[in-house]
Amino acid sequence: MAEYAGPGTRDVAIVAFGQTDHRRTSDEFSEVEMLMPVLHEVLAATGLKTSDIGFTCSGSSDYLAGRAFSFTMALDGVGAWPPISESHVEMDGAWALYEAWVKLQTGEADTALVYSYGKSSPGSVRDVLTRQLDPYYVAPLWPDSVALAALQAQALIDAGDTDEPALAGIAARSRNAARGNSHAQLGGSVPQGDYVVRPLRTGDCPPIGDGAAAVVLAAGERARELCERPAWIRGIDHRIEPHGLGVRDLTDSPSTRLAAERAGAFAGPVDTAELHAPFTSQEVVLRKALRLGDDVTVNPSGGALAANPVMAAGLIRLGEAAARVHRGASDRALAHATSGPCLQQNLVAVLEGDPR
Amino acid sequence: MTEVLSAPLVVEFPFTRSLGPVQSAFLTGLRERAVLGVRTADGKVLVPPVEYDPRTAEELRDLVEVATTGTVTTWAWNPDPRRGQPLGSPFAWVLVRLDGADTSLLHALDAPGPDAVRTGMRVRVRWAAERTGAITDIACFEPYEEGEPVVHQVTPHSGEFAGEAAVTGIVAAARLDYTYSPGRAQSQYIRALSGRRTVGERCPSCRKVYVPPRGACPTCGVATDEQVEVGPRGTVTTFCVVNIKAKNLDIEVPYVYAHIALDGADLALHGRIGGIPYDQVRMGLRVEPVWTDGGRYPDHYRPTGEPDADYDTYKELV
Repeated sequence: MAEYAGPGTRDVAIVAFGQTDHRRTSDEFSEVEMLMPVLHEVLAATGLKTSDIGFTCSGSSDYLAGRAFSFTMALDGVGAWPPISESHVEMDGAWALYEAWVKLQTGEADTALVYSYGKSSPGSVRDVLTRQLDPYYVAPLWPDSVALAALQAQALIDAGDTDEPALAGIAARSRNAARGNSHAQLGGSVPQGDYVVRPLRTGDCPPIGDGAAAVVLAAGERARELCERPAWIRGIDHRIEPHGLGVRDLTDSPSTRLAAERAGAFAGPVDTAELHAPFTSQEVVLRKALRLGDDVTVNPSGGALAANPVMAAGLIRLGEAAARVHRGASDRALAHATSGPCLQQNLVAVLEGDPR
Repeated sequence: MTEVLSAPLVVEFPFTRSLGPVQSAFLTGLRERAVLGVRTADGKVLVPPVEYDPRTAEELRDLVEVATTGTVTTWAWNPDPRRGQPLGSPFAWVLVRLDGADTSLLHALDAPGPDAVRTGMRVRVRWAAERTGAITDIACFEPYEEGEPVVHQVTPHSGEFAGEAAVTGIVAAARLDYTYSPGRAQSQYIRALSGRRTVGERCPSCRKVYVPPRGACPTCGVATDEQVEVGPRGTVTTFCVVNIKAKNLDIEVPYVYAHIALDGADLALHGRIGGIPYDQVRMGLRVEPVWTDGGRYPDHYRPTGEPDADYDTYKELV
C-alpha cells in the first residue's frame, strides 16, 4: 500500500469495464442475477478474485424496482463473506466510482470493484423519479422526468440554442452510433414519434430498461499489470446546481463546467466525449458547458439515448470512454455523468492512455 | 427458461416533514392566499423561498410579499396527465416568475391547448377551494392576458398571519405501483412451495445449499443453479420468545419464532414454532412444517417427537 500524499496524487486507472445487454424487461432475473455476469466479466478480464479486491463500491436505488435494501442482496453476487471493505451510494454508479477513486487516493486500497444496476421495468420510472425532488414545493405536484426535461428543452428553444429538427438530429446520430454497440437497447432508425411532453418527442427520450455495469480500478503499477493500456483518470470532479429549478438558468450547466475545469478537461483537447444526456436537449447544454467542438466524437456508444439503465448509465459513460482508451480508439477522453432533474448534478472525468 | 412469477406491489409512504421558518411562512401564506418570497443579501427575491441562499449558503429570513400574477419563463405541454399531477386534463407545466420575484415557481397552467401557451405570457394564481398549507393550495395558474407586465413593488412581511395557527409541517403522501418479479431462483422456490416442497440451491463452488435461494452464493459470488430438495424436517438452531402482539397478526402471545435448519440445508430459515408450550422450545428441537389448507408456505413448525439433535450437528448453522 502506498503512503497517502494528498488527493489526486496517485495514478489510478480504469482497467476493466463490463455491461449487460440492456433490455426493456428482465423479469427472469433478480437484481443480483442480472448483475452477477458483469461482475464475473470484469474480474475475469483482470484475473482478479473477489478476495484480491481492496475496496468494493456500488450505486443503485431501491425505489426503481421497489425492493428494499436491494443493494445488500446484490452483494451476494460479489461474494462478500468473509466480510469485505465495501460501500454503497444511492446514486448513479459514477459516484460510486468517485468514492472508490478517493479510497485509492488514500492508499488504503490498490484495486477497487465498482458496479451499479437498475431495473426500471417493475415500476414507472417517470413517477419514481419524482420522489427525488424537493418534497415541500415540487414533489407534491408529481412533475415527471420527461416534463422537467421538456421545460429545459423549451428554454433552450426560446434562447435560440436549438430547435426540434436539431434535437431530432441528435436522436438520429445517437441511435445510428448504437448500431455498433451490441449492448444497446435502441439502435438504428427510430422514428421521432409524437410529443411525450412538448417539445420532447418519443425519440428525444431515452428508452426505459434494465441493466448493470461494472468497472475495476487499479493504482499505479498494479494497473499496468492488469491492463495492457489502462485508462488513467487524470482528473475527476463532481458539482451540483441549486435544487430550485426556478433559480437556475436551465440553458446552461455551470456545475458541469466547474467539474470539467477541476478535472482538467480544458487543459488540452479531448478526442472523445461520452456524455450522460438522457434527453436530446441535454446534449445541447453539455456541449456548450464543455466547449466541445465538432472535431470531438460524442457518444460513439449511442449514449443514454440508446440505453439508459437508471443508476448505471453514468458509470457506463465512464466505462465506454475507458474501453475506447483500452483498445486504442482514444488517447484522451472526457466522460460525464449526471443525476437529478435537468442535469442537476454532474460528474466529469478525463481519461488518458499511455502514449503509443 | 423457467416461467417466472410476478405480482402487483404497492409501496405507499406518508412522510411527515417539519418546516423551517421560511417554508412555514410560505405555506401558511398560501393557505391565506398570499405568496411570500425571501430576499437575499444582494437584494434578489426568491419565490418559492428557501431557508438558505443557494449562492452563498447564508441564512435567509427577510420575507416579502409578491404578486399573485406573473410571467411564464418556460413551459411544456403535457397531453397526458399522470396520477397526482395538478390537473386531470391536458395542461402546460410552467415556470412562473411572479411579479416582484427574481426566480420562478414550478406549477401547472390551465390552458385550452399548446397554441394558447408561450414563454412570456401573463398568468395569475388560481387558488384551490380547500387550502391546507401546501404547494397544492395553488390549484394551478390561469392565463391573465389583460394584465400588463408591471414593476411590482414587494412589501415586507412578518411571516405571521391572523387566523389559524401557522403551518409547521406537511404530510407528503406517496404511492408507487410496481409489478414485482422475484427472478429465477426465488420463482422456483415459491413454485415448489405451492406443492409443499422446499427447494434450495447448491453452490457449485463451496457446495453449500441455500434456502431460500437468492440465485447467488454470498461467500463465493457465483450463481447457484443446482436445485436440491431439503426438509421437510429440520432442527431449531436458535429462537426467541415474542411477547408483543403484532398489528394485523392473529397469533396469541407469547409465541416462539425460531431459526430452523431444514435437513440438507446449509442456511437456517425462520418460522414460528407451535404445538408445544413456548417455554419448552429449545435449541436442537426437531420440527416439521404444518400446512393449512390453501397456505402458500408453512403456517408454523411443530415438534416431530424425535430426540433432540446433537449440538455438533447444527453448530455451524447457528
